[in-house]
Amino acid sequence: MIELSDVSASYGNVPAINGVTINVGEGEAVGLLGANGAGKSTTLRAISGLVKLTSGAITFLGVDLASLPPHKITELGIAHVPEGRQVFPEMTVNENLEIGSYAPRAKADRASSLDLVYSIFPRLAERRKQLAGTMSGGEQQMLAVGRGLMLKPRLLMLDEPSLGLAPVMCDVTFEKVAEIHKMGTAILLVEQNVSRALTLVQRAYVLESGKVILDGTTAQLAGNKQVQAAYLGI
Amino acid sequence: MLEILAQAVINGLLIGGIYALVSIGVTLIFGVVKIVNFAQGEFVMIGMYISFFLATQFGIDPIVSLAVSMPVLFVIGVLIQHFLIRRVLGLNDLPQIFLTFALSLLIVNLSLMLFTANYRTVHTWYSDEAFRVGGLYIPVAKLVAFVLAMILSGALWIFLHTTDLGKAMRAASQNRDVAQLMGINPNRVFAVALGIALALAGAAGSLLMPFYPAYPLVGQVFVLMAFVAVVLGTLGNVIGALIASLLMGVAESLGIQFIGADSGLIVVFMLLLITLALRPSGLAGGRRR
Repeated sequence: MIELSDVSASYGNVPAINGVTINVGEGEAVGLLGANGAGKSTTLRAISGLVKLTSGAITFLGVDLASLPPHKITELGIAHVPEGRQVFPEMTVNENLEIGSYAPRAKADRASSLDLVYSIFPRLAERRKQLAGTMSGGEQQMLAVGRGLMLKPRLLMLDEPSLGLAPVMCDVTFEKVAEIHKMGTAILLVEQNVSRALTLVQRAYVLESGKVILDGTTAQLAGNKQVQAAYLGI
Repeated sequence: MLEILAQAVINGLLIGGIYALVSIGVTLIFGVVKIVNFAQGEFVMIGMYISFFLATQFGIDPIVSLAVSMPVLFVIGVLIQHFLIRRVLGLNDLPQIFLTFALSLLIVNLSLMLFTANYRTVHTWYSDEAFRVGGLYIPVAKLVAFVLAMILSGALWIFLHTTDLGKAMRAASQNRDVAQLMGINPNRVFAVALGIALALAGAAGSLLMPFYPAYPLVGQVFVLMAFVAVVLGTLGNVIGALIASLLMGVAESLGIQFIGADSGLIVVFMLLLITLALRPSGLAGGRRR
Protein backbone atom coordinates (compact mmCIF):
# COMPACT_ATOMS: atom_id res chain seq x y z
CA MET A 1 0.00 0.00 0.00
CA ILE A 2 2.77 2.45 0.91
CA GLU A 3 6.33 2.04 -0.20
CA LEU A 4 9.36 4.07 0.73
CA SER A 5 12.39 3.35 -1.40
CA ASP A 6 15.77 4.66 -0.41
CA VAL A 7 14.29 7.74 1.25
CA SER A 8 16.59 10.38 2.69
CA ALA A 9 15.58 13.57 4.42
CA SER A 10 17.37 16.17 6.49
CA TYR A 11 16.76 19.18 8.72
CA GLY A 12 18.97 21.88 7.26
CA ASN A 13 22.33 20.19 6.79
CA VAL A 14 21.74 17.54 9.41
CA PRO A 15 20.65 14.28 7.79
CA ALA A 16 17.85 12.65 9.76
CA ILE A 17 17.16 9.58 7.67
CA ASN A 18 19.46 8.11 5.09
CA GLY A 19 18.21 5.59 2.55
CA VAL A 20 15.19 4.17 4.38
CA THR A 21 13.28 1.48 2.48
CA ILE A 22 10.10 0.17 4.09
CA ASN A 23 6.60 -0.83 3.09
CA VAL A 24 3.23 -1.42 4.67
CA GLY A 25 0.66 -3.69 3.05
CA GLU A 26 -3.11 -3.27 2.97
CA GLY A 27 -4.56 -3.84 6.45
CA GLU A 28 -1.17 -4.63 7.94
CA ALA A 29 0.22 -3.38 11.27
CA VAL A 30 3.90 -2.55 11.01
CA GLY A 31 6.26 -1.20 13.64
CA LEU A 32 9.07 1.27 13.25
CA LEU A 33 11.30 0.75 16.24
CA GLY A 34 14.51 2.15 17.55
CA ALA A 35 16.10 4.50 20.02
CA ASN A 36 15.50 8.20 20.38
CA GLY A 37 16.91 10.08 17.38
CA ALA A 38 17.04 7.04 15.11
CA GLY A 39 14.86 8.79 12.52
CA LYS A 40 11.48 7.20 13.26
CA SER A 41 9.51 10.43 13.53
CA THR A 42 11.29 11.89 10.52
CA THR A 43 10.21 8.87 8.48
CA LEU A 44 6.56 9.61 9.36
CA ARG A 45 7.02 13.32 8.67
CA ALA A 46 8.54 12.47 5.29
CA ILE A 47 5.49 10.35 4.45
CA SER A 48 3.01 13.06 5.44
CA GLY A 49 4.96 15.75 3.61
CA LEU A 50 6.05 17.82 6.62
CA VAL A 51 9.68 17.10 5.73
CA LYS A 52 10.83 17.28 2.12
CA LEU A 53 12.81 14.35 0.75
CA THR A 54 16.38 14.96 -0.33
CA SER A 55 16.31 11.72 -2.33
CA GLY A 56 14.29 8.56 -2.78
CA ALA A 57 10.62 8.01 -3.52
CA ILE A 58 7.41 7.41 -1.61
CA THR A 59 4.34 5.96 -3.32
CA PHE A 60 0.95 5.39 -1.74
CA LEU A 61 -1.47 3.20 -3.72
CA GLY A 62 0.57 4.05 -6.80
CA VAL A 63 0.55 7.84 -6.19
CA ASP A 64 3.90 9.58 -5.88
CA LEU A 65 3.86 11.57 -2.63
CA ALA A 66 7.18 13.37 -2.97
CA SER A 67 5.75 16.35 -4.84
CA LEU A 68 2.52 16.71 -2.83
CA PRO A 69 1.96 19.21 0.01
CA PRO A 70 0.82 17.75 3.37
CA HIS A 71 -2.87 18.60 2.94
CA LYS A 72 -3.03 16.69 -0.36
CA ILE A 73 -1.34 13.68 1.22
CA THR A 74 -3.92 13.74 4.02
CA GLU A 75 -6.65 13.78 1.41
CA LEU A 76 -5.36 10.44 0.07
CA GLY A 77 -6.22 8.85 3.42
CA ILE A 78 -3.01 8.95 5.43
CA ALA A 79 -3.65 10.03 9.02
CA HIS A 80 -0.60 11.07 11.02
CA VAL A 81 -1.03 11.19 14.80
CA PRO A 82 2.02 13.24 15.75
CA GLU A 83 4.41 12.71 18.61
CA GLY A 84 3.40 14.44 21.84
CA ARG A 85 -0.29 14.35 20.85
CA GLN A 86 -0.47 17.96 19.64
CA VAL A 87 -4.21 18.39 19.95
CA PHE A 88 -5.52 21.90 19.30
CA PRO A 89 -5.48 23.09 22.92
CA GLU A 90 -7.93 25.99 22.66
CA MET A 91 -10.55 23.98 20.81
CA THR A 92 -13.04 21.63 22.39
CA VAL A 93 -12.79 17.86 22.10
CA ASN A 94 -15.66 17.87 19.63
CA GLU A 95 -14.08 20.65 17.54
CA ASN A 96 -10.77 18.77 17.45
CA LEU A 97 -12.60 15.73 16.10
CA GLU A 98 -14.59 17.78 13.60
CA ILE A 99 -11.42 19.33 12.22
CA GLY A 100 -10.06 15.78 11.89
CA SER A 101 -12.65 15.31 9.15
CA TYR A 102 -11.92 18.63 7.42
CA ALA A 103 -10.55 16.86 4.34
CA PRO A 104 -13.18 16.40 1.60
CA ARG A 105 -12.77 12.59 1.68
CA ALA A 106 -14.05 12.50 5.28
CA LYS A 107 -16.39 15.48 5.58
CA ALA A 108 -19.56 13.81 4.33
CA ASP A 109 -19.23 11.03 6.90
CA ARG A 110 -18.49 13.32 9.84
CA ALA A 111 -21.54 12.33 11.87
CA SER A 112 -20.95 8.59 11.59
CA SER A 113 -17.22 9.01 12.22
CA LEU A 114 -17.98 10.99 15.38
CA ASP A 115 -20.28 8.20 16.56
CA LEU A 116 -17.56 5.65 15.89
CA VAL A 117 -14.84 7.61 17.70
CA TYR A 118 -17.09 8.29 20.68
CA SER A 119 -18.01 4.60 20.85
CA ILE A 120 -14.34 3.56 20.80
CA PHE A 121 -13.41 6.29 23.31
CA PRO A 122 -16.43 6.80 25.62
CA ARG A 123 -14.18 9.02 27.75
CA LEU A 124 -14.04 11.56 24.91
CA ALA A 125 -17.82 11.56 24.62
CA GLU A 126 -18.04 12.58 28.28
CA ARG A 127 -15.62 15.44 27.64
CA ARG A 128 -17.06 16.59 24.33
CA LYS A 129 -17.30 20.27 25.35
CA GLN A 130 -14.04 20.45 27.27
CA LEU A 131 -11.06 22.39 25.88
CA ALA A 132 -8.55 19.81 24.69
CA GLY A 133 -5.63 21.58 26.38
CA THR A 134 -7.18 21.08 29.81
CA MET A 135 -7.33 17.28 29.62
CA SER A 136 -4.83 14.76 30.96
CA GLY A 137 -2.06 13.38 28.77
CA GLY A 138 -3.85 10.07 28.31
CA GLU A 139 -7.10 11.76 27.31
CA GLN A 140 -5.24 13.99 24.86
CA GLN A 141 -3.64 10.88 23.36
CA MET A 142 -7.08 9.30 22.89
CA LEU A 143 -8.21 12.53 21.27
CA ALA A 144 -5.22 12.62 18.95
CA VAL A 145 -5.90 9.03 17.86
CA GLY A 146 -9.63 9.74 17.54
CA ARG A 147 -8.89 12.84 15.49
CA GLY A 148 -6.80 10.67 13.17
CA LEU A 149 -9.67 8.21 12.82
CA MET A 150 -12.03 11.02 11.77
CA LEU A 151 -10.18 11.07 8.43
CA LYS A 152 -11.42 7.48 7.78
CA PRO A 153 -7.78 6.70 7.06
CA ARG A 154 -6.50 3.87 4.91
CA LEU A 155 -3.22 4.17 6.77
CA LEU A 156 -3.00 5.36 10.38
CA MET A 157 0.48 6.46 11.45
CA LEU A 158 1.02 6.73 15.19
CA ASP A 159 4.11 8.42 16.60
CA GLU A 160 4.97 7.23 20.12
CA PRO A 161 1.39 6.91 21.38
CA SER A 162 2.64 5.62 24.75
CA LEU A 163 5.06 8.51 25.38
CA GLY A 164 4.58 10.07 28.80
CA LEU A 165 1.52 7.97 29.66
CA ALA A 166 0.96 6.06 32.87
CA PRO A 167 1.14 2.26 32.30
CA VAL A 168 -2.63 1.90 32.63
CA MET A 169 -3.31 4.58 30.01
CA CYS A 170 -0.66 2.99 27.87
CA ASP A 171 -2.52 -0.34 27.99
CA VAL A 172 -5.79 1.36 27.09
CA THR A 173 -4.20 3.17 24.14
CA PHE A 174 -2.67 -0.02 22.73
CA GLU A 175 -5.97 -1.86 23.21
CA LYS A 176 -7.77 0.82 21.22
CA VAL A 177 -5.17 0.80 18.47
CA ALA A 178 -5.52 -2.99 18.22
CA GLU A 179 -9.30 -2.50 17.97
CA ILE A 180 -8.86 0.02 15.15
CA HIS A 181 -6.49 -2.33 13.33
CA LYS A 182 -9.07 -5.13 13.57
CA MET A 183 -11.53 -2.90 11.72
CA GLY A 184 -9.21 -3.09 8.71
CA THR A 185 -7.09 0.07 8.97
CA ALA A 186 -3.41 -0.36 8.13
CA ILE A 187 -1.14 0.86 10.91
CA LEU A 188 2.39 2.19 10.96
CA LEU A 189 3.46 2.43 14.59
CA VAL A 190 6.51 4.30 15.82
CA GLU A 191 7.53 3.21 19.32
CA GLN A 192 10.45 3.31 21.69
CA ASN A 193 8.66 0.81 23.88
CA VAL A 194 9.69 -2.15 21.75
CA SER A 195 8.28 -4.99 23.84
CA ARG A 196 4.87 -3.39 23.86
CA ALA A 197 4.98 -2.53 20.17
CA LEU A 198 5.75 -6.15 19.31
CA THR A 199 2.46 -7.23 20.90
CA LEU A 200 0.55 -5.13 18.37
CA VAL A 201 2.35 -5.33 15.04
CA GLN A 202 2.95 -8.25 12.69
CA ARG A 203 6.23 -6.98 11.27
CA ALA A 204 8.69 -4.31 12.25
CA TYR A 205 11.73 -2.40 11.08
CA VAL A 206 14.47 -1.37 13.47
CA LEU A 207 16.07 2.00 12.75
CA GLU A 208 19.44 3.19 13.93
CA SER A 209 21.13 6.47 12.96
CA GLY A 210 18.67 7.05 10.14
CA LYS A 211 19.02 3.61 8.57
CA VAL A 212 17.05 0.37 8.72
CA ILE A 213 19.37 -2.11 10.41
CA LEU A 214 16.95 -4.98 10.90
CA ASP A 215 13.53 -6.08 9.79
CA GLY A 216 11.36 -9.12 10.22
CA THR A 217 8.23 -10.58 11.71
CA THR A 218 7.42 -10.01 15.33
CA ALA A 219 8.58 -13.52 16.22
CA GLN A 220 11.87 -13.13 14.34
CA LEU A 221 12.64 -9.82 16.02
CA ALA A 222 11.62 -10.99 19.47
CA GLY A 223 14.02 -13.92 19.06
CA ASN A 224 16.86 -11.79 17.71
CA LYS A 225 19.75 -11.53 20.15
CA GLN A 226 20.60 -7.99 19.05
CA VAL A 227 17.03 -6.78 19.58
CA GLN A 228 16.80 -8.58 22.89
CA ALA A 229 20.00 -6.98 24.13
CA ALA A 230 19.41 -3.48 22.80
CA TYR A 231 15.67 -2.99 23.25
CA LEU A 232 14.08 -5.75 25.29
CA GLY A 233 16.55 -5.80 28.14
CA ILE A 234 16.84 -9.60 28.07
CA MET B 1 -18.41 64.87 38.35
CA LEU B 2 -20.03 61.46 37.97
CA GLU B 3 -21.67 62.68 34.81
CA ILE B 4 -18.36 63.82 33.33
CA LEU B 5 -16.88 60.44 34.18
CA ALA B 6 -19.81 58.59 32.57
CA GLN B 7 -19.57 60.79 29.50
CA ALA B 8 -15.83 60.11 29.17
CA VAL B 9 -16.44 56.35 29.48
CA ILE B 10 -19.13 56.48 26.80
CA ASN B 11 -16.92 58.48 24.42
CA GLY B 12 -14.14 55.97 24.99
CA LEU B 13 -16.32 52.91 24.41
CA LEU B 14 -17.74 54.36 21.19
CA ILE B 15 -14.33 55.01 19.62
CA GLY B 16 -13.06 51.75 21.15
CA GLY B 17 -15.39 49.90 18.80
CA ILE B 18 -13.45 51.29 15.84
CA TYR B 19 -10.13 50.41 17.48
CA ALA B 20 -11.52 46.91 17.90
CA LEU B 21 -12.13 46.44 14.17
CA VAL B 22 -8.53 47.41 13.45
CA SER B 23 -6.95 45.39 16.24
CA ILE B 24 -9.01 42.26 15.56
CA GLY B 25 -7.62 42.33 12.03
CA VAL B 26 -4.05 42.67 13.28
CA THR B 27 -4.46 39.89 15.83
CA LEU B 28 -6.18 37.59 13.31
CA ILE B 29 -3.32 37.97 10.84
CA PHE B 30 -0.77 37.51 13.60
CA GLY B 31 -2.54 34.46 15.00
CA VAL B 32 -3.08 32.66 11.72
CA VAL B 33 -0.29 33.81 9.40
CA LYS B 34 2.24 34.69 12.15
CA ILE B 35 3.17 38.04 10.67
CA VAL B 36 2.73 41.56 12.01
CA ASN B 37 0.91 43.71 9.51
CA PHE B 38 2.28 47.22 9.90
CA ALA B 39 0.11 48.38 7.01
CA GLN B 40 -3.20 47.64 8.74
CA GLY B 41 -3.90 51.33 9.38
CA GLU B 42 -3.46 52.10 5.70
CA PHE B 43 -6.35 49.84 4.87
CA VAL B 44 -8.53 51.84 7.24
CA MET B 45 -7.47 54.87 5.21
CA ILE B 46 -8.35 53.14 1.93
CA GLY B 47 -11.76 52.27 3.37
CA MET B 48 -12.26 55.92 4.28
CA TYR B 49 -11.37 57.14 0.79
CA ILE B 50 -13.65 54.53 -0.80
CA SER B 51 -16.53 55.85 1.29
CA PHE B 52 -15.49 59.45 0.68
CA PHE B 53 -15.56 59.03 -3.10
CA LEU B 54 -18.77 57.04 -3.11
CA ALA B 55 -20.37 59.76 -0.98
CA THR B 56 -19.13 62.73 -3.00
CA GLN B 57 -19.49 61.17 -6.47
CA PHE B 58 -22.67 59.14 -6.05
CA GLY B 59 -24.20 60.46 -2.85
CA ILE B 60 -23.94 57.07 -1.17
CA ASP B 61 -24.08 57.15 2.63
CA PRO B 62 -20.75 56.02 4.19
CA ILE B 63 -22.52 53.37 6.24
CA VAL B 64 -24.12 51.93 3.10
CA SER B 65 -20.74 52.01 1.36
CA LEU B 66 -19.57 49.30 3.79
CA ALA B 67 -21.08 46.99 1.20
CA VAL B 68 -18.36 48.17 -1.20
CA SER B 69 -15.37 48.86 1.03
CA MET B 70 -15.48 45.48 2.79
CA PRO B 71 -15.52 43.26 -0.33
CA VAL B 72 -12.96 45.45 -2.12
CA LEU B 73 -10.58 45.22 0.82
CA PHE B 74 -11.23 41.50 1.20
CA VAL B 75 -10.03 41.00 -2.37
CA ILE B 76 -7.02 43.28 -1.80
CA GLY B 77 -6.17 41.17 1.27
CA VAL B 78 -6.33 37.92 -0.66
CA LEU B 79 -4.16 39.37 -3.44
CA ILE B 80 -1.57 40.76 -1.01
CA GLN B 81 -1.34 37.38 0.69
CA HIS B 82 -1.11 35.49 -2.58
CA PHE B 83 1.37 37.68 -4.42
CA LEU B 84 3.44 39.20 -1.61
CA ILE B 85 3.24 37.69 1.85
CA ARG B 86 3.21 34.07 0.66
CA ARG B 87 6.65 34.59 -0.84
CA VAL B 88 8.31 35.68 2.39
CA LEU B 89 6.72 33.14 4.75
CA GLY B 90 8.98 30.51 6.23
CA LEU B 91 12.01 32.77 5.99
CA ASN B 92 13.10 34.64 9.07
CA ASP B 93 10.92 37.47 10.37
CA LEU B 94 12.90 40.32 8.85
CA PRO B 95 11.64 40.13 5.24
CA GLN B 96 8.06 39.93 6.58
CA ILE B 97 8.52 43.04 8.72
CA PHE B 98 10.06 44.95 5.83
CA LEU B 99 7.34 43.78 3.46
CA THR B 100 4.38 45.08 5.44
CA PHE B 101 6.31 48.19 6.47
CA ALA B 102 7.17 48.93 2.84
CA LEU B 103 3.57 48.31 1.90
CA SER B 104 2.49 50.88 4.47
CA LEU B 105 4.93 53.50 3.14
CA LEU B 106 3.95 52.78 -0.43
CA ILE B 107 0.23 53.14 0.23
CA VAL B 108 0.69 56.35 2.24
CA ASN B 109 2.81 57.96 -0.44
CA LEU B 110 0.57 56.82 -3.26
CA SER B 111 -2.36 58.38 -1.41
CA LEU B 112 -0.47 61.62 -0.90
CA MET B 113 0.11 61.72 -4.64
CA LEU B 114 -3.43 60.73 -5.64
CA PHE B 115 -5.54 62.38 -2.94
CA THR B 116 -3.18 65.14 -1.64
CA ALA B 117 -2.71 65.75 2.07
CA ASN B 118 -6.01 67.66 2.39
CA TYR B 119 -8.51 66.57 5.02
CA ARG B 120 -11.63 65.15 3.38
CA THR B 121 -14.89 64.99 5.25
CA VAL B 122 -18.34 63.64 4.50
CA HIS B 123 -21.23 65.42 6.12
CA THR B 124 -24.26 63.18 6.56
CA TRP B 125 -27.63 64.13 8.01
CA TYR B 126 -26.70 62.35 11.22
CA SER B 127 -23.13 63.68 11.50
CA ASP B 128 -24.17 66.36 14.00
CA GLU B 129 -27.12 64.53 15.57
CA ALA B 130 -26.98 63.20 19.09
CA PHE B 131 -29.17 61.48 21.65
CA ARG B 132 -29.46 63.00 25.06
CA VAL B 133 -29.89 60.41 27.78
CA GLY B 134 -30.12 62.03 31.19
CA GLY B 135 -27.29 64.53 31.08
CA LEU B 136 -25.29 62.35 28.67
CA TYR B 137 -24.59 63.08 25.06
CA ILE B 138 -24.41 60.21 22.57
CA PRO B 139 -23.48 61.18 18.98
CA VAL B 140 -25.52 59.19 16.45
CA ALA B 141 -22.66 58.62 13.98
CA LYS B 142 -20.39 57.20 16.67
CA LEU B 143 -23.18 55.06 18.11
CA VAL B 144 -23.94 53.60 14.66
CA ALA B 145 -20.22 52.93 14.15
CA PHE B 146 -19.95 51.24 17.53
CA VAL B 147 -23.00 49.05 17.05
CA LEU B 148 -21.93 47.94 13.58
CA ALA B 149 -18.37 47.31 14.83
CA MET B 150 -19.76 45.04 17.55
CA ILE B 151 -22.00 43.25 15.04
CA LEU B 152 -19.07 42.64 12.69
CA SER B 153 -16.89 41.41 15.57
CA GLY B 154 -19.67 39.08 16.67
CA ALA B 155 -20.10 37.82 13.12
CA LEU B 156 -16.39 37.03 12.96
CA TRP B 157 -16.59 35.15 16.26
CA ILE B 158 -19.51 33.10 14.96
CA PHE B 159 -17.62 32.42 11.72
CA LEU B 160 -14.54 31.25 13.64
CA HIS B 161 -16.55 28.98 15.92
CA THR B 162 -19.24 27.47 13.70
CA THR B 163 -17.89 27.08 10.18
CA ASP B 164 -15.32 24.54 9.02
CA LEU B 165 -13.20 27.26 7.45
CA GLY B 166 -13.33 29.28 10.67
CA LYS B 167 -12.33 26.28 12.75
CA ALA B 168 -9.55 25.53 10.27
CA MET B 169 -8.26 29.08 10.83
CA ARG B 170 -8.26 28.58 14.60
CA ALA B 171 -6.57 25.20 14.19
CA ALA B 172 -3.89 26.74 11.96
CA SER B 173 -3.26 29.47 14.52
CA GLN B 174 -2.84 26.91 17.31
CA ASN B 175 -0.59 24.47 15.46
CA ARG B 176 0.26 25.05 11.82
CA ASP B 177 1.99 21.73 11.10
CA VAL B 178 -0.75 19.63 12.61
CA ALA B 179 -3.39 21.73 10.85
CA GLN B 180 -1.83 20.64 7.57
CA LEU B 181 -2.07 17.02 8.72
CA MET B 182 -5.84 17.62 9.03
CA GLY B 183 -5.96 18.40 5.32
CA ILE B 184 -6.01 22.17 5.80
CA ASN B 185 -4.34 24.08 2.98
CA PRO B 186 -2.39 26.81 4.78
CA ASN B 187 -2.29 29.16 1.79
CA ARG B 188 -6.06 29.15 1.56
CA VAL B 189 -6.51 29.80 5.27
CA PHE B 190 -3.91 32.59 5.22
CA ALA B 191 -5.59 34.27 2.25
CA VAL B 192 -8.96 34.22 4.00
CA ALA B 193 -7.38 35.61 7.19
CA LEU B 194 -5.83 38.50 5.25
CA GLY B 195 -9.08 39.08 3.42
CA ILE B 196 -11.16 39.21 6.60
CA ALA B 197 -8.63 41.39 8.43
CA LEU B 198 -8.52 43.93 5.63
CA ALA B 199 -12.29 43.87 5.22
CA LEU B 200 -12.60 44.76 8.92
CA ALA B 201 -10.10 47.61 8.48
CA GLY B 202 -12.12 48.82 5.50
CA ALA B 203 -15.30 48.66 7.57
CA ALA B 204 -13.60 50.75 10.25
CA GLY B 205 -12.76 53.32 7.56
CA SER B 206 -16.31 53.53 6.25
CA LEU B 207 -17.76 53.75 9.75
CA LEU B 208 -15.35 56.58 10.65
CA MET B 209 -16.19 58.68 7.61
CA PRO B 210 -19.35 60.41 8.96
CA PHE B 211 -17.41 61.86 11.92
CA TYR B 212 -13.70 61.67 11.13
CA PRO B 213 -11.66 63.28 8.35
CA ALA B 214 -9.82 61.16 5.78
CA TYR B 215 -6.18 62.00 5.00
CA PRO B 216 -3.26 59.85 3.86
CA LEU B 217 -1.71 59.47 7.33
CA VAL B 218 -4.97 58.81 9.19
CA GLY B 219 -4.23 55.09 9.49
CA GLN B 220 -1.36 55.70 11.90
CA VAL B 221 -3.74 57.04 14.55
CA PHE B 222 -5.61 53.76 14.52
CA VAL B 223 -2.82 51.29 13.98
CA LEU B 224 -1.00 52.58 17.06
CA MET B 225 -4.03 51.92 19.25
CA ALA B 226 -4.56 48.60 17.52
CA PHE B 227 -1.05 47.39 18.30
CA VAL B 228 -1.41 48.33 21.95
CA ALA B 229 -4.75 46.52 22.11
CA VAL B 230 -3.37 43.45 20.34
CA VAL B 231 -0.49 43.15 22.81
CA LEU B 232 -2.71 43.82 25.82
CA GLY B 233 -5.31 41.37 24.61
CA THR B 234 -2.67 38.64 24.01
CA LEU B 235 -1.32 38.28 20.50
CA GLY B 236 -3.61 36.18 18.36
CA ASN B 237 -6.61 36.36 20.70
CA VAL B 238 -9.64 37.91 18.96
CA ILE B 239 -11.80 38.37 22.06
CA GLY B 240 -8.79 39.71 23.95
CA ALA B 241 -8.18 42.30 21.22
CA LEU B 242 -11.84 43.34 21.30
CA ILE B 243 -11.94 43.85 25.07
CA ALA B 244 -8.53 45.54 25.15
CA SER B 245 -9.63 47.92 22.36
CA LEU B 246 -12.65 49.03 24.34
CA LEU B 247 -10.42 49.48 27.41
CA MET B 248 -7.95 51.50 25.33
CA GLY B 249 -10.73 53.72 24.09
CA VAL B 250 -11.92 54.36 27.64
CA ALA B 251 -8.37 54.88 28.96
CA GLU B 252 -7.64 57.39 26.21
CA SER B 253 -10.91 59.20 26.78
CA LEU B 254 -10.35 59.40 30.56
CA GLY B 255 -6.86 60.75 29.92
CA ILE B 256 -8.21 63.43 27.63
CA GLN B 257 -10.93 64.34 30.12
CA PHE B 258 -8.95 64.39 33.33
CA ILE B 259 -5.32 65.01 32.37
CA GLY B 260 -5.49 67.07 29.22
CA ALA B 261 -6.52 67.00 25.60
CA ASP B 262 -3.07 65.85 24.48
CA SER B 263 -2.67 63.27 27.20
CA GLY B 264 -4.96 60.48 26.05
CA LEU B 265 -2.12 58.38 24.72
CA ILE B 266 -0.06 58.82 27.90
CA VAL B 267 -2.68 56.85 29.80
CA VAL B 268 -2.86 54.24 27.06
CA PHE B 269 0.87 53.61 27.03
CA MET B 270 1.13 53.66 30.82
CA LEU B 271 -1.49 50.95 30.84
CA LEU B 272 0.48 49.01 28.23
CA LEU B 273 3.75 49.23 30.19
CA ILE B 274 2.13 48.26 33.48
CA THR B 275 0.36 45.31 31.90
CA LEU B 276 3.50 44.11 30.16
CA ALA B 277 5.48 44.37 33.38
CA LEU B 278 2.92 42.41 35.38
CA ARG B 279 1.50 40.07 32.73
CA PRO B 280 3.95 39.91 29.82
CA SER B 281 1.78 37.61 27.74
CA GLY B 282 -1.20 39.95 27.86
CA LEU B 283 -4.39 40.10 29.88
CA ALA B 284 -5.63 36.79 28.50
CA GLY B 285 -2.41 35.10 29.59
CA GLY B 286 -1.16 33.48 26.42
CA ARG B 287 -4.42 31.87 25.36
CA ARG B 288 -5.56 31.89 21.81
CA ARG B 289 -9.12 31.64 20.65
